[in-house]
Amino acid sequence: MWAVSCENVSIRYKVGDFKAIGLKEYVMRRLTNNYRVQDFWADRDISFTLEQGDMLGIIGPNGAGKSTLLKAISGILLPYSGTIRTNGKIAALLELGTGFDVDLTVTENTYLRGAMLGYTEKFMKEKYDEIIAFAELEDFQDYKFVQLSDGMKSRLAFSIASLVDPDILILDEVLSVGDGAFRIKSGERLKQILNNGVTGILVSHAVEQVRELCNKVLWLDHGKQVTFSEDVETVCNAYEEYLTARTALPSDPVDFVRLSDSYKFRAQRRADIRTREKKRDIPSALSLLMEEAPEVINNDQAMSYLDV
Amino acid sequence: MSFREKSRNVLLSLSNQRFLFKELVKRDFKQKYKRTILGMLWSVLNPLLTLFVMRLVFLRFFGRSTPHYTVFLFAGTIFMSYFKDSTQNGMESLVYNATVLQKINIPKYLFIFSRNVSAFVNFLLTFLVFLFFCVLDRLPVTWNYLLLIFPILCATALNIGVGMILSCWYVFFRDITYLYGIFLTLLTYLSGIFYNVNEWGEYSKLFLLNPVYVLIAYVRQVCIDGTIPSLAMHALMFFYPALFLLIGALTYRKYRHEFIYYL
Repeated sequence: MWAVSCENVSIRYKVGDFKAIGLKEYVMRRLTNNYRVQDFWADRDISFTLEQGDMLGIIGPNGAGKSTLLKAISGILLPYSGTIRTNGKIAALLELGTGFDVDLTVTENTYLRGAMLGYTEKFMKEKYDEIIAFAELEDFQDYKFVQLSDGMKSRLAFSIASLVDPDILILDEVLSVGDGAFRIKSGERLKQILNNGVTGILVSHAVEQVRELCNKVLWLDHGKQVTFSEDVETVCNAYEEYLTARTALPSDPVDFVRLSDSYKFRAQRRADIRTREKKRDIPSALSLLMEEAPEVINNDQAMSYLDV
Repeated sequence: MSFREKSRNVLLSLSNQRFLFKELVKRDFKQKYKRTILGMLWSVLNPLLTLFVMRLVFLRFFGRSTPHYTVFLFAGTIFMSYFKDSTQNGMESLVYNATVLQKINIPKYLFIFSRNVSAFVNFLLTFLVFLFFCVLDRLPVTWNYLLLIFPILCATALNIGVGMILSCWYVFFRDITYLYGIFLTLLTYLSGIFYNVNEWGEYSKLFLLNPVYVLIAYVRQVCIDGTIPSLAMHALMFFYPALFLLIGALTYRKYRHEFIYYL
Protein backbone atom coordinates (compact mmCIF):
# COMPACT_ATOMS: atom_id res chain seq x y z
CA MET A 1 0.00 0.00 0.00
CA TRP A 2 1.27 3.48 -0.80
CA ALA A 3 2.05 5.79 2.09
CA VAL A 4 3.30 9.01 0.54
CA SER A 5 2.81 10.17 -2.98
CA CYS A 6 4.05 13.39 -4.55
CA GLU A 7 2.97 14.24 -8.05
CA ASN A 8 4.66 17.11 -9.88
CA VAL A 9 5.00 19.06 -6.67
CA SER A 10 6.26 22.60 -7.12
CA ILE A 11 6.81 25.00 -4.25
CA ARG A 12 7.28 28.67 -4.83
CA TYR A 13 8.77 31.16 -2.46
CA LYS A 14 8.70 34.87 -2.88
CA VAL A 15 12.03 36.61 -2.54
CA GLY A 16 12.87 40.26 -2.69
CA ASP A 17 11.83 43.43 -0.97
CA PHE A 18 8.65 42.24 0.60
CA LYS A 19 9.89 40.96 3.91
CA ALA A 20 9.82 43.25 6.91
CA ILE A 21 9.64 46.48 4.96
CA GLY A 22 6.49 47.66 6.66
CA LEU A 23 3.43 49.35 5.31
CA LYS A 24 4.92 52.82 4.93
CA GLU A 25 7.85 51.62 2.88
CA TYR A 26 5.62 49.30 0.89
CA VAL A 27 3.41 52.20 -0.13
CA MET A 28 6.45 54.35 -0.94
CA ARG A 29 8.03 51.66 -3.10
CA ARG A 30 4.77 51.01 -4.85
CA LEU A 31 4.45 54.72 -5.62
CA THR A 32 8.00 55.06 -6.90
CA ASN A 33 7.68 51.78 -8.75
CA ASN A 34 10.56 50.38 -6.80
CA TYR A 35 8.87 47.30 -5.38
CA ARG A 36 10.39 44.10 -6.67
CA VAL A 37 9.34 40.64 -5.81
CA GLN A 38 10.65 37.60 -7.57
CA ASP A 39 9.40 34.11 -7.52
CA PHE A 40 11.83 31.57 -6.34
CA TRP A 41 11.11 27.94 -7.03
CA ALA A 42 12.27 26.00 -4.01
CA ASP A 43 11.06 22.78 -5.59
CA ARG A 44 9.99 22.09 -9.11
CA ASP A 45 8.12 19.08 -10.45
CA ILE A 46 9.05 16.64 -7.74
CA SER A 47 7.40 13.24 -8.10
CA PHE A 48 7.84 10.08 -6.11
CA THR A 49 5.85 7.39 -4.37
CA LEU A 50 6.67 5.58 -1.17
CA GLU A 51 5.17 2.28 -0.14
CA GLN A 52 4.45 1.49 3.47
CA GLY A 53 7.68 0.64 5.27
CA ASP A 54 9.90 2.42 2.78
CA MET A 55 12.70 4.62 3.98
CA LEU A 56 13.50 7.50 1.68
CA GLY A 57 16.71 9.46 1.87
CA ILE A 58 16.74 12.92 0.37
CA ILE A 59 20.18 14.12 -0.65
CA GLY A 60 21.42 17.28 -2.26
CA PRO A 61 23.57 20.33 -1.49
CA ASN A 62 22.39 23.31 0.56
CA GLY A 63 19.54 25.15 -1.06
CA ALA A 64 18.38 22.13 -2.98
CA GLY A 65 14.88 22.37 -1.54
CA LYS A 66 15.04 19.38 0.80
CA SER A 67 13.71 21.00 3.93
CA THR A 68 11.05 22.87 1.99
CA LEU A 69 9.82 19.61 0.56
CA LEU A 70 9.65 18.12 4.05
CA LYS A 71 7.63 21.09 5.25
CA ALA A 72 5.19 20.58 2.43
CA ILE A 73 4.82 16.88 3.20
CA SER A 74 4.22 17.57 6.87
CA GLY A 75 1.58 20.12 5.93
CA ILE A 76 3.29 23.25 7.22
CA LEU A 77 3.23 24.83 3.80
CA LEU A 78 1.11 24.29 0.76
CA PRO A 79 2.68 23.44 -2.60
CA TYR A 80 2.07 25.94 -5.37
CA SER A 81 1.07 23.18 -7.73
CA GLY A 82 0.97 19.41 -7.77
CA THR A 83 -0.47 17.11 -5.16
CA ILE A 84 0.94 15.55 -2.05
CA ARG A 85 -1.04 12.68 -0.64
CA THR A 86 -0.20 10.99 2.61
CA ASN A 87 -1.76 7.94 4.11
CA GLY A 88 -1.63 7.83 7.89
CA LYS A 89 -0.50 9.89 10.82
CA ILE A 90 2.55 12.04 10.16
CA ALA A 91 5.13 13.06 12.70
CA ALA A 92 7.86 15.46 11.78
CA LEU A 93 11.05 15.59 13.77
CA LEU A 94 12.47 18.78 12.43
CA GLU A 95 15.09 20.71 14.34
CA LEU A 96 12.85 21.45 17.30
CA GLY A 97 15.20 23.03 19.83
CA THR A 98 13.72 26.43 19.04
CA GLY A 99 10.26 27.72 19.73
CA PHE A 100 10.15 27.03 23.43
CA ASP A 101 9.00 29.75 25.74
CA VAL A 102 11.83 31.22 27.79
CA ASP A 103 9.56 32.35 30.62
CA LEU A 104 8.06 28.94 31.24
CA THR A 105 9.57 26.12 33.24
CA VAL A 106 10.74 22.83 31.81
CA THR A 107 7.54 21.11 32.96
CA GLU A 108 5.29 23.77 31.47
CA ASN A 109 7.17 23.80 28.20
CA THR A 110 7.00 20.02 28.01
CA TYR A 111 3.22 20.01 28.26
CA LEU A 112 2.86 22.90 25.84
CA ARG A 113 5.09 21.27 23.26
CA GLY A 114 3.28 17.96 23.66
CA ALA A 115 -0.03 19.71 23.06
CA MET A 116 1.39 21.39 19.98
CA LEU A 117 2.49 18.07 18.61
CA GLY A 118 -1.06 16.82 18.97
CA TYR A 119 -0.68 14.51 21.96
CA THR A 120 -3.62 14.13 24.29
CA GLU A 121 -3.55 15.34 27.84
CA LYS A 122 -3.84 11.81 29.18
CA PHE A 123 -0.94 10.64 27.05
CA MET A 124 1.23 13.51 28.23
CA LYS A 125 0.45 12.81 31.88
CA GLU A 126 1.39 9.18 31.43
CA LYS A 127 4.57 9.89 29.53
CA TYR A 128 5.81 12.97 31.35
CA ASP A 129 8.25 11.17 33.64
CA GLU A 130 9.57 9.13 30.77
CA ILE A 131 10.19 12.27 28.69
CA ILE A 132 12.08 13.99 31.48
CA ALA A 133 14.10 10.88 32.27
CA PHE A 134 15.05 10.38 28.63
CA ALA A 135 16.13 14.00 28.32
CA GLU A 136 18.08 13.63 31.59
CA LEU A 137 16.46 16.71 33.05
CA GLU A 138 15.11 15.28 36.32
CA ASP A 139 16.89 17.91 38.40
CA PHE A 140 15.84 20.80 36.19
CA GLN A 141 12.06 20.40 36.03
CA ASP A 142 11.30 23.68 37.79
CA TYR A 143 14.01 25.67 36.05
CA LYS A 144 12.94 28.33 33.64
CA PHE A 145 13.95 27.74 30.08
CA VAL A 146 16.38 30.67 29.95
CA GLN A 147 18.53 28.81 32.43
CA LEU A 148 19.01 25.75 30.25
CA SER A 149 21.84 25.11 27.82
CA ASP A 150 21.18 24.60 24.13
CA GLY A 151 22.03 20.94 24.47
CA MET A 152 19.40 20.48 27.17
CA LYS A 153 16.80 22.22 25.05
CA SER A 154 17.33 20.08 22.02
CA ARG A 155 17.48 16.96 24.22
CA LEU A 156 14.07 17.80 25.63
CA ALA A 157 12.71 18.63 22.18
CA PHE A 158 13.86 15.29 20.83
CA SER A 159 12.58 13.44 23.86
CA ILE A 160 9.07 14.87 23.47
CA ALA A 161 8.89 14.58 19.72
CA SER A 162 10.22 11.04 19.54
CA LEU A 163 7.42 9.61 21.68
CA VAL A 164 5.25 9.44 18.63
CA ASP A 165 3.81 6.34 17.17
CA PRO A 166 3.40 7.62 13.62
CA ASP A 167 2.70 5.95 10.31
CA ILE A 168 5.01 8.35 8.54
CA LEU A 169 8.09 9.78 10.19
CA ILE A 170 9.90 12.79 8.80
CA LEU A 171 13.45 13.46 9.96
CA ASP A 172 15.43 16.58 9.16
CA GLU A 173 19.02 16.35 10.35
CA VAL A 174 17.88 15.29 13.79
CA LEU A 175 20.04 12.23 13.99
CA SER A 176 22.66 14.31 15.67
CA VAL A 177 21.28 15.64 18.94
CA GLY A 178 23.24 16.42 22.05
CA ASP A 179 26.52 14.95 23.19
CA GLY A 180 27.99 11.56 22.34
CA ALA A 181 26.07 9.49 24.87
CA PHE A 182 22.76 11.10 24.01
CA ARG A 183 23.42 10.74 20.32
CA ILE A 184 23.70 6.99 20.71
CA LYS A 185 20.54 6.88 22.81
CA SER A 186 18.56 9.00 20.35
CA GLY A 187 19.83 6.97 17.44
CA GLU A 188 18.57 3.81 19.12
CA ARG A 189 15.19 5.38 19.82
CA LEU A 190 14.88 6.33 16.17
CA LYS A 191 15.81 2.89 14.93
CA GLN A 192 13.19 1.49 17.28
CA ILE A 193 10.51 3.69 15.73
CA LEU A 194 11.68 2.91 12.22
CA ASN A 195 11.67 -0.82 12.88
CA ASN A 196 7.99 -0.65 13.72
CA GLY A 197 7.19 -0.60 10.04
CA VAL A 198 6.77 3.14 9.68
CA THR A 199 7.44 4.89 6.44
CA GLY A 200 10.35 7.25 6.86
CA ILE A 201 11.72 10.27 5.07
CA LEU A 202 15.19 11.37 6.04
CA VAL A 203 17.12 14.45 5.04
CA SER A 204 20.77 14.19 5.82
CA HIS A 205 24.04 15.69 4.77
CA ALA A 206 25.75 12.50 5.81
CA VAL A 207 25.45 10.24 2.79
CA GLU A 208 26.63 7.35 4.95
CA GLN A 209 23.37 7.54 6.92
CA VAL A 210 21.35 7.37 3.74
CA ARG A 211 23.31 4.34 2.54
CA GLU A 212 22.83 2.63 5.86
CA LEU A 213 19.15 3.36 6.50
CA CYS A 214 17.36 3.97 3.22
CA ASN A 215 15.97 1.78 0.48
CA LYS A 216 14.99 4.65 -1.80
CA VAL A 217 16.75 7.86 -2.57
CA LEU A 218 15.72 11.23 -3.94
CA TRP A 219 18.43 13.56 -5.22
CA LEU A 220 17.53 17.22 -5.46
CA ASP A 221 19.59 20.06 -6.86
CA HIS A 222 18.46 23.68 -6.92
CA GLY A 223 14.87 22.56 -6.60
CA LYS A 224 15.02 20.12 -9.46
CA GLN A 225 14.70 16.41 -9.16
CA VAL A 226 17.92 14.83 -10.36
CA THR A 227 16.64 11.34 -9.75
CA PHE A 228 14.37 9.19 -7.66
CA SER A 229 15.65 5.67 -7.46
CA GLU A 230 15.66 2.42 -5.56
CA ASP A 231 19.30 1.85 -6.42
CA VAL A 232 20.57 3.70 -3.36
CA GLU A 233 24.13 2.46 -3.78
CA THR A 234 24.62 3.76 -7.31
CA VAL A 235 22.90 7.09 -6.70
CA CYS A 236 24.83 7.75 -3.50
CA ASN A 237 28.08 6.89 -5.28
CA ALA A 238 27.20 9.19 -8.14
CA TYR A 239 26.25 11.96 -5.72
CA GLU A 240 29.52 11.75 -3.85
CA GLU A 241 31.46 11.69 -7.08
CA TYR A 242 29.48 14.71 -8.27
CA LEU A 243 30.40 16.54 -5.08
CA THR A 244 34.16 15.79 -5.32
CA ALA A 245 34.68 16.03 -9.05
CA ARG A 246 32.21 18.87 -9.66
CA THR A 247 30.96 17.26 -12.85
CA ALA A 248 27.76 18.15 -14.65
CA LEU A 249 24.59 16.78 -13.12
CA PRO A 250 23.83 13.29 -14.39
CA SER A 251 20.67 13.00 -16.40
CA ASP A 252 20.27 9.52 -17.90
CA PRO A 253 20.92 6.16 -16.23
CA VAL A 254 24.23 5.75 -18.05
CA ASP A 255 25.53 8.92 -16.42
CA PHE A 256 24.73 7.58 -12.98
CA VAL A 257 26.55 4.33 -13.62
CA ARG A 258 29.51 6.19 -15.08
CA LEU A 259 29.72 8.52 -12.08
CA SER A 260 29.27 5.63 -9.71
CA ASP A 261 32.07 3.71 -11.40
CA SER A 262 34.41 6.63 -11.21
CA TYR A 263 33.49 7.02 -7.53
CA LYS A 264 34.38 3.38 -6.95
CA PHE A 265 37.62 3.83 -8.83
CA ARG A 266 38.47 6.84 -6.71
CA ALA A 267 37.57 4.99 -3.52
CA GLN A 268 39.72 2.07 -4.60
CA ARG A 269 42.63 4.38 -5.31
CA ARG A 270 42.26 5.99 -1.91
CA ALA A 271 42.33 2.58 -0.29
CA ASP A 272 45.46 1.79 -2.32
CA ILE A 273 47.15 4.94 -1.13
CA ARG A 274 46.39 4.00 2.45
CA THR A 275 47.73 0.46 2.11
CA ARG A 276 50.93 1.66 0.45
CA GLU A 277 51.28 4.30 3.06
CA LYS A 278 50.93 1.66 5.74
CA LYS A 279 53.55 -0.42 4.01
CA ARG A 280 55.79 2.66 4.03
CA ASP A 281 55.92 2.60 0.26
CA ILE A 282 55.85 6.37 0.22
CA PRO A 283 57.03 7.05 -3.37
CA SER A 284 54.32 4.97 -4.99
CA ALA A 285 51.73 6.31 -2.53
CA LEU A 286 52.82 9.80 -3.58
CA SER A 287 52.49 9.12 -7.26
CA LEU A 288 48.98 7.77 -6.72
CA LEU A 289 48.22 10.78 -4.63
CA MET A 290 49.31 13.12 -7.43
CA GLU A 291 46.77 11.43 -9.65
CA GLU A 292 44.10 11.59 -7.03
CA ALA A 293 44.69 15.14 -5.94
CA PRO A 294 46.73 17.21 -8.39
CA GLU A 295 46.35 20.25 -6.17
CA VAL A 296 48.77 18.68 -3.70
CA ILE A 297 51.91 20.19 -5.09
CA ASN A 298 54.48 20.51 -2.37
CA ASN A 299 56.00 17.94 -0.11
CA ASP A 300 54.67 19.31 3.16
CA GLN A 301 51.14 19.21 1.97
CA ALA A 302 51.60 15.72 0.65
CA MET A 303 53.13 14.58 3.90
CA SER A 304 50.33 15.98 5.96
CA TYR A 305 47.82 14.45 3.55
CA LEU A 306 49.46 11.08 3.91
CA ASP A 307 49.69 11.50 7.63
CA VAL A 308 53.38 10.60 7.83
CA MET B 1 -9.56 8.47 3.22
CA SER B 2 -13.19 7.58 3.75
CA PHE B 3 -15.71 10.04 5.08
CA ARG B 4 -16.02 8.18 8.35
CA GLU B 5 -12.30 8.17 8.89
CA LYS B 6 -12.16 11.83 8.05
CA SER B 7 -14.85 12.83 10.49
CA ARG B 8 -13.24 10.68 13.15
CA ASN B 9 -9.95 12.50 12.56
CA VAL B 10 -11.66 15.87 12.90
CA LEU B 11 -13.19 14.83 16.21
CA LEU B 12 -9.86 13.51 17.38
CA SER B 13 -8.09 16.71 16.46
CA LEU B 14 -10.78 18.79 18.17
CA SER B 15 -10.26 17.02 21.46
CA ASN B 16 -6.51 17.40 21.03
CA GLN B 17 -6.95 21.06 20.26
CA ARG B 18 -8.79 21.60 23.50
CA PHE B 19 -5.67 20.47 25.32
CA LEU B 20 -3.49 22.73 23.19
CA PHE B 21 -5.84 25.64 23.74
CA LYS B 22 -5.75 25.11 27.47
CA GLU B 23 -1.96 25.03 27.50
CA LEU B 24 -1.75 28.18 25.39
CA VAL B 25 -4.11 30.05 27.70
CA LYS B 26 -2.11 28.89 30.71
CA ARG B 27 1.04 30.21 29.07
CA ASP B 28 -0.52 33.59 28.37
CA PHE B 29 -1.64 33.92 31.97
CA LYS B 30 1.76 33.02 33.31
CA GLN B 31 3.41 35.55 31.05
CA LYS B 32 0.92 38.24 31.84
CA TYR B 33 0.73 37.93 35.59
CA LYS B 34 4.27 36.68 36.12
CA ARG B 35 2.92 34.14 38.60
CA THR B 36 2.17 36.71 41.26
CA ILE B 37 -1.03 37.78 42.96
CA LEU B 38 0.30 41.29 42.60
CA GLY B 39 0.39 40.85 38.83
CA MET B 40 -3.28 39.98 38.84
CA LEU B 41 -4.06 42.83 41.20
CA TRP B 42 -2.12 45.21 39.01
CA SER B 43 -4.19 44.38 35.95
CA VAL B 44 -7.28 45.53 37.87
CA LEU B 45 -5.51 48.41 39.53
CA ASN B 46 -4.26 49.79 36.25
CA PRO B 47 -7.66 50.66 34.75
CA LEU B 48 -8.77 51.99 38.13
CA LEU B 49 -5.85 54.39 38.24
CA THR B 50 -6.58 55.50 34.69
CA LEU B 51 -10.15 56.08 35.73
CA PHE B 52 -9.04 58.07 38.75
CA VAL B 53 -6.79 60.33 36.68
CA MET B 54 -9.43 60.91 34.03
CA ARG B 55 -12.04 61.69 36.65
CA LEU B 56 -9.70 64.17 38.32
CA VAL B 57 -9.06 65.98 35.05
CA PHE B 58 -12.40 65.87 33.29
CA LEU B 59 -14.90 66.18 36.16
CA ARG B 60 -14.58 69.98 36.06
CA PHE B 61 -15.26 70.22 32.35
CA PHE B 62 -17.75 67.50 31.58
CA GLY B 63 -18.87 66.23 34.97
CA ARG B 64 -21.30 69.06 35.80
CA SER B 65 -23.68 68.33 32.94
CA THR B 66 -23.38 64.55 33.23
CA PRO B 67 -24.97 62.80 36.21
CA HIS B 68 -23.16 59.81 37.71
CA TYR B 69 -20.01 60.93 35.97
CA THR B 70 -17.75 58.28 37.57
CA VAL B 71 -19.86 55.38 36.31
CA PHE B 72 -20.28 57.19 32.99
CA LEU B 73 -16.52 57.45 32.62
CA PHE B 74 -15.84 53.93 33.90
CA ALA B 75 -18.26 52.35 31.41
CA GLY B 76 -16.25 54.02 28.67
CA THR B 77 -12.76 53.18 29.91
CA ILE B 78 -13.34 49.47 30.59
CA PHE B 79 -14.77 48.70 27.19
CA MET B 80 -12.13 50.79 25.48
CA SER B 81 -9.26 49.16 27.35
CA TYR B 82 -10.74 45.71 26.73
CA PHE B 83 -10.80 46.50 23.03
CA LYS B 84 -7.24 47.85 23.18
CA ASP B 85 -5.78 44.95 25.19
CA SER B 86 -7.46 42.25 23.24
CA THR B 87 -6.78 43.53 19.75
CA GLN B 88 -3.19 44.52 20.46
CA ASN B 89 -2.49 41.12 21.99
CA GLY B 90 -4.23 39.36 19.16
CA MET B 91 -2.26 41.30 16.60
CA GLU B 92 1.08 39.95 17.81
CA SER B 93 -0.08 36.40 18.35
CA LEU B 94 0.98 34.91 15.01
CA VAL B 95 4.32 36.66 14.76
CA TYR B 96 5.15 35.87 18.36
CA ASN B 97 4.76 32.15 17.66
CA ALA B 98 6.63 32.26 14.36
CA THR B 99 9.30 29.73 15.31
CA VAL B 100 6.66 27.18 16.23
CA LEU B 101 4.52 27.78 13.18
CA GLN B 102 7.52 27.16 10.95
CA LYS B 103 8.12 23.74 12.44
CA ILE B 104 4.82 22.27 13.52
CA ASN B 105 1.59 22.02 11.61
CA ILE B 106 -1.04 23.41 13.98
CA PRO B 107 -4.16 25.49 13.42
CA LYS B 108 -2.87 29.03 13.73
CA TYR B 109 -6.16 30.59 14.83
CA LEU B 110 -5.78 28.93 18.24
CA PHE B 111 -2.96 31.36 18.99
CA ILE B 112 -5.21 34.32 18.25
CA PHE B 113 -8.09 32.98 20.35
CA SER B 114 -5.95 32.10 23.34
CA ARG B 115 -4.64 35.64 23.57
CA ASN B 116 -8.22 36.86 23.77
CA VAL B 117 -8.99 34.66 26.73
CA SER B 118 -6.55 36.36 29.08
CA ALA B 119 -7.78 39.79 28.00
CA PHE B 120 -11.33 38.58 28.61
CA VAL B 121 -10.64 37.37 32.14
CA ASN B 122 -8.89 40.61 32.87
CA PHE B 123 -11.89 42.51 31.61
CA LEU B 124 -14.29 40.46 33.73
CA LEU B 125 -12.34 41.27 36.89
CA THR B 126 -12.51 44.97 36.10
CA PHE B 127 -16.17 44.62 35.22
CA LEU B 128 -16.92 43.33 38.73
CA VAL B 129 -15.30 46.47 40.10
CA PHE B 130 -17.47 48.46 37.69
CA LEU B 131 -20.64 46.86 39.09
CA PHE B 132 -19.41 47.67 42.57
CA PHE B 133 -19.04 51.31 41.52
CA CYS B 134 -22.63 51.30 40.22
CA VAL B 135 -23.82 50.25 43.67
CA LEU B 136 -21.58 52.84 45.34
CA ASP B 137 -23.03 55.52 43.12
CA ARG B 138 -26.52 54.58 44.38
CA LEU B 139 -27.70 53.48 40.98
CA PRO B 140 -30.70 51.14 41.17
CA VAL B 141 -29.29 47.74 40.28
CA THR B 142 -32.22 45.84 38.73
CA TRP B 143 -32.81 42.73 36.66
CA ASN B 144 -32.11 44.94 33.64
CA TYR B 145 -28.45 44.57 34.47
CA LEU B 146 -28.65 41.03 33.12
CA LEU B 147 -28.79 42.66 29.69
CA LEU B 148 -25.13 43.57 30.20
CA ILE B 149 -24.27 40.05 29.08
CA PHE B 150 -25.01 41.13 25.52
CA PRO B 151 -22.48 43.97 25.25
CA ILE B 152 -19.89 41.72 26.90
CA LEU B 153 -20.47 38.98 24.36
CA CYS B 154 -20.49 41.46 21.51
CA ALA B 155 -17.30 43.13 22.72
CA THR B 156 -15.57 39.75 22.88
CA ALA B 157 -16.69 38.78 19.39
CA LEU B 158 -15.70 42.18 18.04
CA ASN B 159 -12.26 41.91 19.61
CA ILE B 160 -11.70 38.45 18.18
CA GLY B 161 -12.75 39.62 14.72
CA VAL B 162 -10.57 42.72 14.76
CA GLY B 163 -7.72 40.74 16.32
CA MET B 164 -7.86 38.22 13.50
CA ILE B 165 -7.70 40.91 10.83
CA LEU B 166 -4.83 42.68 12.58
CA SER B 167 -2.84 39.50 13.23
CA CYS B 168 -2.93 38.70 9.51
CA TRP B 169 -1.86 42.20 8.50
CA TYR B 170 0.83 42.27 11.12
CA VAL B 171 2.50 39.26 9.51
CA PHE B 172 2.91 41.23 6.31
CA PHE B 173 3.49 44.71 7.70
CA ARG B 174 5.20 44.90 11.07
CA ASP B 175 4.88 48.67 11.35
CA ILE B 176 1.09 48.62 11.56
CA THR B 177 1.56 48.25 15.28
CA TYR B 178 2.53 51.96 15.39
CA LEU B 179 -0.20 53.00 13.01
CA TYR B 180 -2.70 51.03 15.04
CA GLY B 181 -1.48 52.76 18.20
CA ILE B 182 -2.28 56.10 16.61
CA PHE B 183 -5.63 54.80 15.44
CA LEU B 184 -6.44 53.64 18.97
CA THR B 185 -5.71 57.09 20.37
CA LEU B 186 -8.05 58.58 17.79
CA LEU B 187 -10.69 55.98 18.57
CA THR B 188 -10.40 56.74 22.29
CA TYR B 189 -11.21 60.39 21.65
CA LEU B 190 -14.04 59.51 19.30
CA SER B 191 -15.76 57.03 21.59
CA GLY B 192 -17.38 59.56 23.87
CA ILE B 193 -15.55 58.16 26.86
CA PHE B 194 -15.25 61.30 28.95
CA TYR B 195 -17.83 63.55 27.28
CA ASN B 196 -21.47 63.26 26.38
CA VAL B 197 -21.88 62.91 22.62
CA ASN B 198 -25.13 64.89 22.74
CA GLU B 199 -22.96 67.99 22.93
CA TRP B 200 -22.18 67.39 19.25
CA GLY B 201 -25.80 68.10 18.43
CA GLU B 202 -26.89 66.81 15.07
CA TYR B 203 -23.52 65.12 14.50
CA SER B 204 -23.96 62.88 17.52
CA LYS B 205 -25.60 60.20 15.36
CA LEU B 206 -22.26 59.72 13.60
CA PHE B 207 -20.90 58.16 16.76
CA LEU B 208 -23.05 55.13 16.06
CA LEU B 209 -20.59 54.28 13.27
CA ASN B 210 -18.09 53.45 16.00
CA PRO B 211 -18.63 49.88 17.27
CA VAL B 212 -16.92 50.57 20.58
CA TYR B 213 -19.08 53.61 21.20
CA VAL B 214 -22.22 51.56 20.54
CA LEU B 215 -21.19 49.13 23.28
CA ILE B 216 -20.44 51.94 25.70
CA ALA B 217 -23.72 53.72 24.97
CA TYR B 218 -25.64 50.50 25.53
CA VAL B 219 -24.02 49.89 28.90
CA ARG B 220 -24.62 53.49 30.00
CA GLN B 221 -28.26 53.31 29.07
CA VAL B 222 -28.78 50.13 31.06
CA CYS B 223 -26.74 51.19 34.09
CA ILE B 224 -27.27 54.93 34.37
CA ASP B 225 -30.58 55.65 32.64
CA GLY B 226 -32.04 52.37 33.88
CA THR B 227 -33.91 51.81 30.61
CA ILE B 228 -33.84 48.99 28.09
CA PRO B 229 -32.13 50.01 24.81
CA SER B 230 -34.21 50.01 21.64
CA LEU B 231 -34.39 47.08 19.27
CA ALA B 232 -32.45 49.10 16.69
CA MET B 233 -29.68 49.60 19.23
CA HIS B 234 -29.54 45.85 19.83
CA ALA B 235 -29.44 45.17 16.11
CA LEU B 236 -26.59 47.62 15.61
CA MET B 237 -24.64 46.24 18.52
CA PHE B 238 -24.90 42.69 17.15
CA PHE B 239 -24.19 43.79 13.59
CA TYR B 240 -20.65 45.08 14.15
CA PRO B 241 -19.19 41.96 15.79
CA ALA B 242 -20.81 39.78 13.16
CA LEU B 243 -19.32 41.94 10.42
CA PHE B 244 -15.82 41.99 11.89
CA LEU B 245 -15.86 38.29 12.69
CA LEU B 246 -16.81 37.60 9.10
CA ILE B 247 -14.09 39.85 7.69
CA GLY B 248 -11.61 38.38 10.18
CA ALA B 249 -12.47 34.81 9.23
CA LEU B 250 -12.28 35.56 5.52
CA THR B 251 -8.96 37.39 5.88
CA TYR B 252 -7.54 34.50 7.87
CA ARG B 253 -8.81 31.94 5.39
CA LYS B 254 -7.35 33.84 2.49
CA TYR B 255 -3.87 34.32 3.94
CA ARG B 256 -3.33 31.37 6.29
CA HIS B 257 -1.13 29.53 3.81
CA GLU B 258 0.92 32.65 3.03
CA PHE B 259 2.01 33.45 6.57
CA ILE B 260 4.79 30.91 6.52
CA TYR B 261 6.66 32.81 3.80
CA TYR B 262 6.62 36.05 5.76
CA LEU B 263 7.32 34.89 9.30
